[in-house]
Formats: sequence, C-alpha cells, structure tokens
Amino acid sequence: MSDAMTALNGASMQGPVAAVREAALQGMVLLRGDLADETLAAVVKDLTGCDLPGQREMVQAGNTAVAWMSPDELLLLVPYEEAGTTVASLSQALEGVYHLAVDVSDARALFRISGEGAREVLARLCPVDLSPAAFGPGEMRRSRLAQVPAAFWIDETGTISLVCFRSVAGYAFGALSAAAESGPVNFL
Amino acid sequence: MSHRLPQGGRLVNRDAPVGFTFDSKRMQGLEGDTLASALLANGQGIVNRSYKYHRPRGILASGPEEPNALVGLGQGKRFEPDQRATTTELFDGLSAMSQNAWPSLGFDAMAVNQWFASMMPAGFYYKTFIWPRSFWMHIYEPVIREAAASGLPPKEEDCDTYEHFHAFVDLLIVGGGIAGLQAALTAGKSGATVMLVEQAAHWGGRAPVDGAEIEGQPAEVWINETLQTLGTMKNVRLRTRCMGAGVYDHGYALAYERLTDHAPEAEGPRHRLWKIRARQIVTATGAIERPLSFAGNDLPGVMLASAVRDYVVNFGVAPGHRTVIVTNNDDAYRTALTLIDAGLEVPVVIDVRDRVNSPLAREVSRRGVAVETGAAVMKVKGKKGVEGVMLCRANGTGGAGAPVECDSVAMSGGWSPVVHLWSHCGGKLTWSDENAHFHPDPNRAPTGAEGEVFVRTAGIASGAMGTGSVLQDASAAGAAAARAAGFTAKSAAARAADAEEAPMKPVWVMPEQALPELRSKMFLDFQNDVKVSDVQLAAQEGYESVELTKRYTTLGMANDQGKLSNINGLAILAGSLGAEIPQVGTTTFRPPYQPISFGSIAGEARGEIFQPLRRTPMHEWHEANGAYWEPVGHWRRPYCYQQPGETIEQAVQREVRTTRASLGLLDASTLGKLVVKGPDAGRFLDMLYTNKMSTLKPGRCRYGLMCNENGFLSDDGVVARIDEDTFLCHTTSGGADRIHGWMEDWLQCEWWDWKVYVANVTEQCGQIAVVGPNARKVLERLGGMDVSRQALPFMGWADGELAGTPVRIYRISFSGELSYEIAVPAGRARALWDKLFAAGVEFGATAYGTEALHIMRAEKGFIMIGDETDGTVIPQDLGLDWAISKKKDDYLGKRAQQRSFMTSPDRWKLVGLETLDGSVLPDGAYALGEGDNANGQRNTIGRVTSSYHSPTLGRGIAMGLVKHGPDRMGEVIRFGKTDGGTIEAKIVSPVFYDPDGEKQDV
Amino acid sequence: MLILQCPYCGIQCDETELAPGGQAHLKRHGPGSSDEDFEAYLFDRDNPMGVHFERWRHANGCGKWFLAARCTTTLEVFGTYSAQTTEPPAEIADRIRARRPNWEGRT
Repeated sequence: MSDAMTALNGASMQGPVAAVREAALQGMVLLRGDLADETLAAVVKDLTGCDLPGQREMVQAGNTAVAWMSPDELLLLVPYEEAGTTVASLSQALEGVYHLAVDVSDARALFRISGEGAREVLARLCPVDLSPAAFGPGEMRRSRLAQVPAAFWIDETGTISLVCFRSVAGYAFGALSAAAESGPVNFL
Repeated sequence: MSHRLPQGGRLVNRDAPVGFTFDSKRMQGLEGDTLASALLANGQGIVNRSYKYHRPRGILASGPEEPNALVGLGQGKRFEPDQRATTTELFDGLSAMSQNAWPSLGFDAMAVNQWFASMMPAGFYYKTFIWPRSFWMHIYEPVIREAAASGLPPKEEDCDTYEHFHAFVDLLIVGGGIAGLQAALTAGKSGATVMLVEQAAHWGGRAPVDGAEIEGQPAEVWINETLQTLGTMKNVRLRTRCMGAGVYDHGYALAYERLTDHAPEAEGPRHRLWKIRARQIVTATGAIERPLSFAGNDLPGVMLASAVRDYVVNFGVAPGHRTVIVTNNDDAYRTALTLIDAGLEVPVVIDVRDRVNSPLAREVSRRGVAVETGAAVMKVKGKKGVEGVMLCRANGTGGAGAPVECDSVAMSGGWSPVVHLWSHCGGKLTWSDENAHFHPDPNRAPTGAEGEVFVRTAGIASGAMGTGSVLQDASAAGAAAARAAGFTAKSAAARAADAEEAPMKPVWVMPEQALPELRSKMFLDFQNDVKVSDVQLAAQEGYESVELTKRYTTLGMANDQGKLSNINGLAILAGSLGAEIPQVGTTTFRPPYQPISFGSIAGEARGEIFQPLRRTPMHEWHEANGAYWEPVGHWRRPYCYQQPGETIEQAVQREVRTTRASLGLLDASTLGKLVVKGPDAGRFLDMLYTNKMSTLKPGRCRYGLMCNENGFLSDDGVVARIDEDTFLCHTTSGGADRIHGWMEDWLQCEWWDWKVYVANVTEQCGQIAVVGPNARKVLERLGGMDVSRQALPFMGWADGELAGTPVRIYRISFSGELSYEIAVPAGRARALWDKLFAAGVEFGATAYGTEALHIMRAEKGFIMIGDETDGTVIPQDLGLDWAISKKKDDYLGKRAQQRSFMTSPDRWKLVGLETLDGSVLPDGAYALGEGDNANGQRNTIGRVTSSYHSPTLGRGIAMGLVKHGPDRMGEVIRFGKTDGGTIEAKIVSPVFYDPDGEKQDV
Repeated sequence: MLILQCPYCGIQCDETELAPGGQAHLKRHGPGSSDEDFEAYLFDRDNPMGVHFERWRHANGCGKWFLAARCTTTLEVFGTYSAQTTEPPAEIADRIRARRPNWEGRT
C-alpha cells in the first residue's frame, strides 16, 4: 500500500505550549450491532484483544483499541494494513448476527495534540469540559471541533488524539493550529 | 495649571511616564493611568462633541458608564472606533482621536445644531424625514448619518487574533470588588470550582477609594490578603480585564477578556471570549452613580462625584481645582473630603435635602466647607467648560440664582445597582423607595434547567449599601450559590461596619419647578443627547410605555444600555404621566453589558478557517491544474479547468467536446455514499425511494428518487445492491449528511424495530468518473480487471483492481457516454487519478468540472436536484413517473402526491426548450401567458430551470417547467428577459442528445 | 443556550452539539389516510406556552435522536428520553405534574 496517503501528508506545527501533527495512517473499522450480544463481544475480543467498552469508554490492548461511539456502534482501531482483513474477519465471524462492519480508515483524519497546553487547545474549540477532573484517559468523547464533528481521547502522557472527517482535515488542522499558536490560558 | 496632583494616585507609577497622542497632539501620562485620567491630567476638558447637537463634552465618569469620552483608538490595522477613554489603559504610543467633531473639537461647525435644539425635539427624525418617501434613502439618511456619525469604521483588516475558550465551573462570580472577593472566598472554601472575573485591571473596586475599613484596617489590606488566600486555592481561578458580558439560559455566560489592549505589541490573541457553563452565577457588579438633572449638566467639568474621587485617589489627578459639589445623598460628601485632603478647594456643598445631620456632613462642615441645604444648582455657567454655577433654592423655579465661581462640578443623584447580568436571563427587579433605585428581587430570580435559581447578586448589586452589609450579603450569596451547586458552605463574612449616613432624597429635576428654558438644557442621556424636555414631550404626545419612549427619544439606547440614563429618564416619564416609577418599569437590559469586539465573537473563524472547507483527495491536483472553483455545500469543486489563454466559457466548451469525442475525467468524490445493511434494508429503501429497490439484484445499480413527506423531490442518486442485505446509496454532493440524518431519523424514530444499519462512508472513497468513447480503453491500459461490456454491463458494478489498486467500478453514466465511476480508498485516490491521466494522454484526456457535467447531463435531459427542483416540485412534474413504483402501498411522499393539488393536470411539467434563434435562454426566465393576474402582473405559464450553450449541438438548450408542457410539443412560447424584451422558444423533448441511449450502453 | 442530557451517551450536551427536530410524538399518516389526518400530520403543530415535547438529535455526538420535555417559557427541562416511544414515559409525566400541577397532559 505504498501509495496510500493521509489527508495532509503528515502536516505539523509547534506552538508555544502545544504541538499539532497529523498522525500516520490508522486503521479504523466501524462496527454497528447489538453490544449486548455475547457473540459480538467474543468476536471483538478475539480480533482486537479488547473487552467491549462501556458507555463512552475506550479499551486498549497493544496496538489495537475499541471505542464506544453510540449504544450500537463501536470504533475498532487497528493497524492500517489490517483494516480490510478486520472487516472481512468480522463479517465472517458474525455471519448470521445482525451487524454492519465497514472500513472507514480513509474517511478520517487523525491528529495528535501534545504538550502541556493540549487540553487548552481543545478547550478553545470544543464545548466540552476538558479539565482533568472531567476528561481523562479511557474516554472517547464525541463533540464538535469549532464547526465540524470530531471525536477525541487523551492518553496517560496527556497527548490528545482527535479524529475528524478527511475532507475537513485542512480545516481542522487550521483551527487546531490557530488555537495552538496561543500561549497558556492557565485555566485547566 | 497642572491637573496632576503632587502626590497620591494609588494606581499610577510616577516614575514611569507614558507618551501618547490625542487628536495628534503629543501628551504624557503615567503608567497605570487610563486614557481618561491622562487626558484630565493634561487639562483636556473637551474630549468629544455630542451626537445630535454637537455640544462640547468632557469626561463624566470613571468607568464603563462613561457616555461622552468615546474615541477612535489606534491606527491602520489596529484602528477601532467608539472606545471608552475611561476603560482604556494607557500605554506608550497610544493614539486616540476624538469623534463627532468637524473640523476640530474646539470649533465644531455642526455645533450650530444646538442653536436649533428647540427645533429638534423628541422624535425629530421620525417627524421630519418621513416625506417624501424616496428622499429618505437618497438624501435624508446619508446627510443625517454624516452629521450624526459616531466613530468611523476601520478601513483595514484587523491584524490581531482572537479566541474563544470553553470553561465549566461550579460558580462564576462577576465583579472583583470586595463583594466578589468575599463571595469567592466563602464559595472557594467549600471546594466548589470558582471563576472570579473583574472587568478592570485591578481588584477591589471602589472600596479603597471610598475609604472603607474591613477587619479594622483599610480595605486595601483585606483585599490583598484575600487575593493571596484565593491565589492558593486550586479550585479558584481569577481573571482581571475580563468582563462578564452576558448571562444566558441554563447557566451559560459570556466573559470578555482583554488580553493585550493595554500592551498591543504583546504576543498572543487580543481578546478572549469565554464561553462559560456555570452551575451558579453570582453577580457582584456594584452600582453606578446617577447624574443630577440641572441645566448645563453636560458641560465639560461637570462629573459624577464618585468619578472625581476616583481620579484624585486612583490617579492623583484633579479634574478641577475649585469644585462645587451638588448632591441628594451623603456619599458625595466623601468627594468633598477627598478633595480637601488633596489640597483642592471646595467652595460649597449644595445639598437638596432640607436638613442633613450625619457624621459625613458634620466632618465636611468641620473642615470649613459651606453646606447649603435645601439648595440646588439652577444652571452651570460656561461655554466650553465650567466657569461657575448659579445656586438657588431646591423648591421653586430657581429665580435669579446666586453665582458661585468654580471650574468643576461633582454631582451625585444616588446609586443604581448594576442589574444588567441579573436581568439578561429573566431576573426581575423591585423598587426601593429608600434608595430610589431598582434592585434585584431575589424571589424572582433567573431559573435554570431544573427550575432552580441560578443567578444571585452580591453586595451593592443586591442593593446592600454599607461596607458591612455588602460583605455580609456577598458571603451569604457565595455560600448559597456553593450549596446550590452541591457543596457544603457556611457564610462567614469579614467584619466591617456600615457608615452612618442620612437618607437620600430623590430629586429628578433641579430646581423642582424649573421652567422649560432650564429643562431643555438638562441632559438625561448624554450619549444620545436626550433631555428632560424630550421625555416630557414624548409623554405629552402619548408615549406611556417606557419601551416606546426609549425608541422615540433614543433614551438609553446604543451602548449606554440604561447605565447612566435609565432611572432619571424613568422618573421624568413617570412624573409626566403622574405614575409611580415602579409602575412605569424599566426597559429591557440586553447583553452584552458593554460592547465587545467583533473579532472576539468570530474567534478563530476568519480567513481560511472562516468556514469548514471540504477538500477531495484530488484537491491539490485541481489547484495545480487551473481549477476555477465552485462552492458546492462546504465542498470546493472545480467548475472548469482553465488552460493558459482560455476563458472560463472556452474551457467548459473544450471539456465537453473532448469528453464526448474521446475521454474526460471527473472528480466525483463529493457524491454521498451511504451503506445500508440489514435484513430489512430492502424494505427500508422501498419506503425511502419512490422506486422499488428491494427487487434490485446484487451486482446491479438503479437510479432512485427520494421525496419528503410533502411529496417534493429531495434527493436522487444511484443505488447499488452489494449483497442480499447490503445496499450502497449514492446521494447528491451536498446531500450526504442530510440524507444520512434522514435515514437515521426514520430508523430511530419511526421504524425502530426494523433491522437496518446505516453508515456514512462518503469520505472513505474517492470517486473518479472516467467518461467518453475511450473510457474502456484507458481502463484496459491500467489493467487488473475485466471491464468489458459482458463482464461489467451498463448499470452493473464490480469489485476488482486497477493498476494494483483495489477499486469498485460502477457502470453508470450522468453524461450519456460510456462511463465508469471508480470508487477507490481516499488515501489512494490521488495516485489512481494520476495513473488514469498518464494512461489517458494518448487519448487527449481532459479533466472536466461541474459546468461540463451540467451541460452534458442537460444535453441528456437528466434532472439536477436544485435546478429542476426547488422544494415544490414532485417527480411527476419532471416526467419521472417511470421511477415511481406503482406496486408499492407506501413510500415517503406517496400520500402527499395523492393530494388534489399534486394530481392537477395544470401543474407545470418538464420539457425541453429550444430558442428559435439558437441563443441561450436566461436561466430562471418566466414563460409569458395571456392576460394579467389580480395584482396587474403578467400571467406566467412556466419557467426555465436549466439553460446552457451546448457545444455538442452548437446552440442554446434549456429545460423548463411549462403548464401542459408535454402536450404542447412543437409549440413556440415566449420568455421574458430582464431587459423587458422577450425571447421565443420551441417546446421539445428534454433529451437533446442520443435519445435512445446507445452511447452509454456499449 | 440549552443543555440537554443525551439519554444514549449520557453527555450533558451543549446546544451546539445538537440539531433540533421539531415536535415529538407525531403520528405518521400515509396512503389511505383522510385529508384531515394527513394535513394535521404535515402541518398542525403545538405552540404552547409551557410544557412541550421536542425531538433533538445529538448530531455532533453519538448521532442518536432523543426526545425532550421542557417548558417553553422558563426552559426548565423535565427530562429527556428515548425516541423509541410513542408517549412520554410515566416518570417524565410524573415529573411534569410535580412541577406543573395544572398541566393537562398531552392533548
């Protein structure tokens, strides 16, 4: 897959207290189904090593992760090259189980916002309480980034990963960069 | 004579002079000055000309209530009009320009207006400039705007940046005076997260100026200690230069932080607009002193008594050297003492009250100042500044008056709590006879999502007038708010006493029986030049509602928002109507409390990121190849690709000709793509589309129409059946999100027991249409899958590989040519596009844009959503009956299409139109019928929906909706042109090109 | 600006995460319905001062539609609930009656 490209070819910027960069290609599989179904849970565990996340949770295992997106929707994060086979494996293993699995890796752009100002970068753009007390590792938060939908999570190092639609990657990078150009607010 | 006192000025640094200019004149102030204090220090009495009469005006106040000192600040990319000198911190190099004056402040040609003031009464503009109607726009309005202009708009693009910040707190406390600090301290101790904002650059508000004592020490000591304590609390956030701008539903509040206004060269955004969600809001917004209404109260040198005190104590500036004090309450006596302490003269305190025996008054007398009780100012003497006052009895008409020489007048009409934020979201007010002001009624507070009270007031904003009462009230408010937010809190106020003061006496006109000559010189609203006589006239003319009087007289409008003028104006209106003030009520307080910058409202949304711009994977190729862009929703699509020397029209014609003759490539990535899967998917799509989709065979495609429940066409596109349970639905370019939401709506809210999942995969794939007689050949050059007619027939699809790239190819055609639409993972779309182009060179391939696409579809008679449809068109109007299943009992829109109006044979229906002279019909032109309608307008019988020059046919072609159109083939009808002429066109079939569809199915 | 809790993902949604969808609990009338019923389905909407039921979609979020009962004058929210119901659930109705004793129920 040598000719596959991210939306912005790895664009990056460094602000006074936060940096923004477009991440490398990331496999993403959207899985809709009955999250209470034991077969589905077993198949997801088998494929990703992750237990099913609870409401708004995100479970990680090595280089895979499973995030709760809605009561009947999960997002499976797998290596980019494995997204297609993951969809095929899901379809096979869930034969007869009402579900929808589809590769959305190329439909998305993924950004990493790092540095001590990372939370405040997002707080400028999202109507979300980004204080550590309200938002921490293990949660997948869907909201809006300025004028576009986005989903994001934070890891133990304080780096935020943010997913948006590919077509607005330039807009999202522009908005994140504008926010990261600013210094610390000293609020969060 | 210098106005900077030899000592004093708690906020200024005497060792740090700061240079600035006012009307290009170089001046010097001190670090810590406001522009207003620096102007006063430089003896700049006149700072502006008034809005209507162009009277000279000076600084009246010391805070955001200042009505006169509005200046143009900065230059070029940093110029901003209407900035208050009183809230502008001085910095080195500041440049300010006065407004409203021509040619200069000292001599203003428009000041002749004031001699005609009696001819410009309330409602003057309404009364005078009504007739003739046409004069308004062309003559009256431009002249009035010129004469009454406030600040000028900036001419250059703002070079600063702005930002938003979303904050979530338990408590927002607005106002950093002693009340706000006390409320924050009490609430902070409960563990609640607290955000305390103060509009000024310093904490503590008026208390230090007023000489308040807390815990037995000067207020400043307690303020500093409290700030230190708050600074150690991890749950408390303090922001200065941050104004509470508005309070909205469910605990939403806006705060406006001015980060670099005082240091324009500093890094970072200029303003930050805080979007705050607070469980509880406490407004500790203090109070504003009221002016008194006496003749000449607007002359430069007449100031609020508290402002005079502020300038002396905070900035070491004496507004005047000999100041007459006129008051109806004890507080102004503090100003007298402050002035005496500073070594300045106070010839007399004029008090309207008949007897005053309070500690403050006694102290003033003891210091040798004459106190005239039962007295009033009849008028102020002077032209461009105060030269003296005429002293008279408070009751009566004033008589001749006794002159008192002075160079400034400090007036106090009592204090009004700042109730704006309380009122923004529905808090009600109650009248206090004792203090003659409205204060918040805690029993009618703004309520939130649970029906709970979510705004409380603290300190003077509640109507508490003494230092001790203020602290008690503020601590109680902080504790109550913390408890309401779910914390355990106990009120514990700092100890302080209330000063013993004699009651104030409401006085609305001075002297009480003032005759019209005096009343027409008493200004209520300095900013809008509204006088006592104007409000009285409005009342006489029947304006009883305060809201209407406001608009008729302009009292309290614009950025005053009732700060200075409100109570005085209401009192005059009430007096004229013979009503009580509470019965007259107040006008509505609207956010923002003070004007905020447009930049802060826009935040990051400027320039490139003003709006999301959606780009396809091939965007950069388009840009590099002469794309002339067209916005389609938030997408940018190439309208055409201009080659060197080509006009847009020439480029479009070339693209059509090349595609029809050989090969064209279209970036169709913007087409919506929705996967619909589940055992009930077929049944679901049968409801959504007018066609029957459940009978579509896997591997095949079908064009489908979607209608809303009104029966009107809403979207169209090709549906491909992937397998028994799975369909892929294409939507229009702008329609993907809307149709996705539409599908989810029906699945979630109506047929929630149907087993169907939908996913929007629009952006997973780039889509490339390879179009033209050589389309197959170019795909065969790339190789990888069988694209022959047998393997991949018209209206079929297949998965495979092209040049090593996984693709799904649809044999669908929107051009009438042999056409393959290739879906490819978005990350690889650009690479495939490049390969197709390289292979297409030998066929002279062209990329084509949306206009060529439109022309080719119109040549084929294919409709376009948004051209042939406008939200009132049903499929039957477009001759699309073939796409409406007769076998289905139901689909969305079916019932509506059975309504009598929808089945009427008189509906306008789709036809093709050919001008007789081959020219292009104007898009949207109406077909002329016989006779006129009831309004005397020409009857119409149709309209043009699409119109182009067809390079294929070498003439104009059009589609349109025409009454009985399909039955009138061959008839010639006339269309109106915008120049009044008409143009004749023949009704023909809408399919102009290859009517049998032979070219696409090869 | 409203805050409504999305009953599906539990987020206290800022209004800007939501898309409004008009009145809730409309009954669809399709082919075979009378002109009166169909007209009412298409066009008749309540416009009360007081208790009102609305559809909202957590558009910038989990994407789910949900229903909300609130007071149009005070903006008090009585509750949000699943869109998969034809009537407000009993606990919502109870809460409304507790807060608005004069409420006469959905008409």
